[in-house]
Amino acid sequence: MNFRELSILRADLAFIAHWVRDGAHVLDLGCGDGAMLEYLLTTKNCTGYGIEIADDEVLACTGRGVSVIQQDMENGLGLFSDNTFDAVLCLSSLQMMKNVEELLRDIARVGREAIVSFPNFAFWPHRLALLSGRMPVSKSLPYEWYDTPNLRCATIRDFMDLANDVGLEVTECVALQNGKPVSFLPNWRGSLAVFRLKK
Amino acid sequence: MSSVGAVSPQSKPFDQPLHLQSGAVIGGYTLMYETYGTLNADKSNAVLVCHALNASHHVAGIDEDGNVGWWDNMIGPGKPVDTNRFFVIGVNNLGSCFGSTGPMHINPATGKPYGPDFPVVTVEDWVNAQARLADELGIVQFAAVMGGSLGGMQALAWSMLYPDRLRHCVVIASTSRLSAQNIAFNDVARQAILADPDFHGGDYYSHSVVPKSGLRVARMIGHITYLSNDDMSEKFGRELRSGEYQFGFGIEFEIESYLRHQGEKFSSYFDANTYLLITRALDYFDPAAPYGGDLKKALAGTKAQFLLASFTTDWRFAPECSRAMVKALVSNKRHVTYAEIDAPHGHDAFLLDDKRYHDLIRSYYDRMWREIGNRGQA
Repeated sequence: MNFRELSILRADLAFIAHWVRDGAHVLDLGCGDGAMLEYLLTTKNCTGYGIEIADDEVLACTGRGVSVIQQDMENGLGLFSDNTFDAVLCLSSLQMMKNVEELLRDIARVGREAIVSFPNFAFWPHRLALLSGRMPVSKSLPYEWYDTPNLRCATIRDFMDLANDVGLEVTECVALQNGKPVSFLPNWRGSLAVFRLKK
Repeated sequence: MSSVGAVSPQSKPFDQPLHLQSGAVIGGYTLMYETYGTLNADKSNAVLVCHALNASHHVAGIDEDGNVGWWDNMIGPGKPVDTNRFFVIGVNNLGSCFGSTGPMHINPATGKPYGPDFPVVTVEDWVNAQARLADELGIVQFAAVMGGSLGGMQALAWSMLYPDRLRHCVVIASTSRLSAQNIAFNDVARQAILADPDFHGGDYYSHSVVPKSGLRVARMIGHITYLSNDDMSEKFGRELRSGEYQFGFGIEFEIESYLRHQGEKFSSYFDANTYLLITRALDYFDPAAPYGGDLKKALAGTKAQFLLASFTTDWRFAPECSRAMVKALVSNKRHVTYAEIDAPHGHDAFLLDDKRYHDLIRSYYDRMWREIGNRGQA
């Protein structure tokens, strides 16, 4: 997979990929179909693993030749020892976890650097929905309140606090809209929050 | 999907003595094997399938007696391990009772069957013997060595003993070492055989009897560990054959009937000395032991890429066993894919048809096939 293909498939992943240095040993938590890892492996000479719980996604990863380990992330990252990875990616999956804080601490333990993304709850259409008395339903939060897999709702500012609490330093924070960074009023205008963190 | 069809075994005699882990030496021996598919020109498409406790070289297709191979649902044309692409070898291990040299064969030193004198063989010994067969077939490097349960242990041992001779190592429903509970079950099975009056210290061949009752019980206890409690409950529950209690000790519950049938069938074809030997090989397998129990160190020299799979209801070699191997492999930064398949059938699931399981193996072998294509172009 090349950058163009990744950009078309997932613009947000394409943006994030440039934060991962060539040859890095990477752990991708909730790696889905393995598109990101395949790109990092084939184009940036990275190594590493994906963690995924869903059978069909594990199968998709295997088809791509991505090393995937089927596991429930709620059980932690006990498979990996401290500082194993140059970068730990947790893209659009942290908000589905029950134990967000514990997982974030584990991410900090196994990785030298972390890249975390999640839907920004403070995106203006979400604020508008709440003002009109409804839970937000949008392209980035495409679920009703009763069927959403997103257990945690956070804004860019909220996550900064937690990152600091678990001892991670925010080195970059970007809000993406349709895969492109938003510089003016990011906590209003970006639907996806992306953090680059280091210990 | 079709089968590989009619197959016939081949045998390969070896004159060069094989030095065993125990220090004993087997002077000469024969290995029975079957092959399916065609070895390609650069011999890059060979897959070795290692068998578990009671299986044999007859992995796929239908033999002269009409028996279907033990992994026929996995291996064949268009099947997950596609014999239109891969050259698959099934080999019967030393000490087994399906044609390769075993305790029922004549010991050249005495002119009588080996019986109890057949040396205790280990997983590593089997792998060394398999490597010689590979030499004979001209296979320098396997595309994959694969197996389930005890067969998975052999695949794992291959990755450590002959790291350059396999590109992929497929280990299903297996473990890097037995637990105390596993060994305990094995010993109960062995005691049943050893205590059978027809066992005659392992020399029952000369008495023209078979320790059938011992073998029956051994198989019954083994079989219990292959099934999950859920599966057994669903299949048999507390069903009574006659619908009411007989207030005796005959076969009343359906599960009793099933297990005795399995035991009876098994005792009619399996050799008691082989059962002892193979369960001991299971007990002894512990490649981390020479490294102070550190599996990471034991696997440090491996070069293969790994596929591991376990089944959620397998309590014989539970998912934890596979996760321990995965942990050791990722510590060594090896390529490893691991699937935990939610199947109800317990340990036996590795032999059964399950879409998620077979799709996974198929997808992995598809990828292997693409690699072989790329090698060809390189």
